[in-house]
This record gives sequence, C-alpha cells and structure tokens, in this order.
Amino acid sequence: MALKASELKVGDSFSCTLVEDLKRTQIVQYAGASGDYNPLHTDEIFTKEVAGYPSVFAHGMLTMGMTGRLLTDTVGDGRLTRYGVRFTAQVWPGDDLFATATVTAMETVDGTPIAEFSVETKNQDGVVVLSGSAAARLDP
Amino acid sequence: MAVDRFPVEYSHIMMFARSVGDPNPIYHDPEAAKATEPGAVIAPPTFVQSSAQFDPDYVLRPKIGAPWFGSGKNPTGAQPGSGGGGNGGGLHAEQHYEYHRHPQAGDVLTATVKPGKSWEKQGRRGGKLLFQETITEYRDQNGDLVVTARGIGVRTERPATAEA
Repeated sequence: MALKASELKVGDSFSCTLVEDLKRTQIVQYAGASGDYNPLHTDEIFTKEVAGYPSVFAHGMLTMGMTGRLLTDTVGDGRLTRYGVRFTAQVWPGDDLFATATVTAMETVDGTPIAEFSVETKNQDGVVVLSGSAAARLDP
Repeated sequence: MAVDRFPVEYSHIMMFARSVGDPNPIYHDPEAAKATEPGAVIAPPTFVQSSAQFDPDYVLRPKIGAPWFGSGKNPTGAQPGSGGGGNGGGLHAEQHYEYHRHPQAGDVLTATVKPGKSWEKQGRRGGKLLFQETITEYRDQNGDLVVTARGIGVRTERPATAEA
C-alpha cells in the first residue's frame, strides 16, 4: 500500500475533503479523546461571555489530526518520518476543510527513498488554516 | 508536563482516530492490522498529544473536587483572583513531530519535557504575542526514543481570532 519512489515525482499532489460542516460534537469528541478540555473548544457560554470569542473553535490539533489522515492515506501505514505544521487561522464549527499534500523533494537517505511534502489545509473561503510539511519513507 | 506512564491502548487509539475522522482499520481492527506492514494497531500521527490524559498536572482537564474555569451556573467557575484559567490560556501556534517509529497498542511510553526557545512579537489584532517552545521526548518500555515532539504555544493579551 506504500508509495513507490519509482512512481512518484516532485510536484505530484494529493488532496481530500477532511470535513464538511464541522460539528461542535466532533470537537467535543476530540476533547475527550485527546484530553484537552479547554472550554474554548467546547463551552460556548464561557468562550463568548468570558473569553470574548464569537464561538467555540476547534483545537489546532484536531485540524492537524484530520490532515494527518490525508498523509497516512497517501504514504501508507507507519511510513511518516516527520510531520509538522503551523496553525494559521482558527477553525470554527460549520467550517468545511480541504487538505492538499504536494511532493517538494525526493531523496535517498541511507539507501531508503524519502519523499518530502508540503501540506496545506484550507477552509470553505480558501483561507489557509494549517500549513506545514512532512516526510515519508517510500518503497523503491 | 512530564508523564511517567503513558500506556498506548487499543480503545484509546480507536476513540482518537474516530475523533479526527479517520476510518483506517489499522486504528480499530486488530485482525485487519495484522495484514498491514506494521502488523499491529498503531497510533495515528498526532496521537501522542493525548499523553495529556496521563499527565497528573495537566491544567486543561477538570480535577475532581477542584474549581474549574468553564461555565456552570455562571459563565466561568474561576474564583476572582485565583488566576484560574483567565481567558482560556494560550493558543497552539505550531506542532512538529519526528517519528523514530510509530507507537503501537501495548507500548508503554514515558514523556519528558524540556523548554525550548521563547520570544515576543507584536500581533496585528491580538496585541503582544508571547511564544514558548517545548520539546517532548516519548520513549518506550525499552528506553528507546519513539517520537520527538516540538510544540510552540502563544499567549495573547486579548482574543485573537485571525492569527496564532
């Protein structure tokens, strides 16, 4: 299931829709699984009235986790060697998210082919909410 | 933030994978996982973040019998002057992982945390931004390094809705 270096080239791009109409309940699910119970993500009353935001918003790590699915679906199970992101805008309930990974470099390290990717996730308005890079071990 | 014992468990991985919307059987079906290259249920790429569940001092989890700054009868349960949470604390600016191998169900990890760089920046909307880097090393039951995580948190003077 892993990608083959012989079938991949710089510029190849992979993309998928991560979520449509993100629900508050999914944010609650992520809070429960990850253990990050910051009320900013799950408590609308606190977030609006005390913290001063327009509504609860998703954990950055939920977006990173959802985007990770594109990477692992692309490169295969257990093949990622590196994955890093910057959170560039907040993700709100109701957002649609769309992720793209693009091959930026191919190299061989100690006899193992490695592909480098740029990674970007945008919302329904085309705003980049997550931007980063990843690397994965390929088959020859 | 150090964690002495982070057992990587199948049902926790299943719930985590559900929460990030990933239906890959390698995260919930031990039989199907046997046929994959790793040969076992493995953790999704960002799973180690949930080591927070096993951090006794983690501030973003309500503690039994202790005040909590989320809403109840009132919009916040924080006591005046207690410093209990303020505006919800900092935001997450960056997260980076280096995988030496991918944790599997059955591993028992430890996490050690060391502070990295810190710096200040003037934000466009959120006032002054204070950045702090932390590096977390996750090691397995044999003491081998499994995942190195580098996080950058940012604290803002007021709510920041378009940056950080």
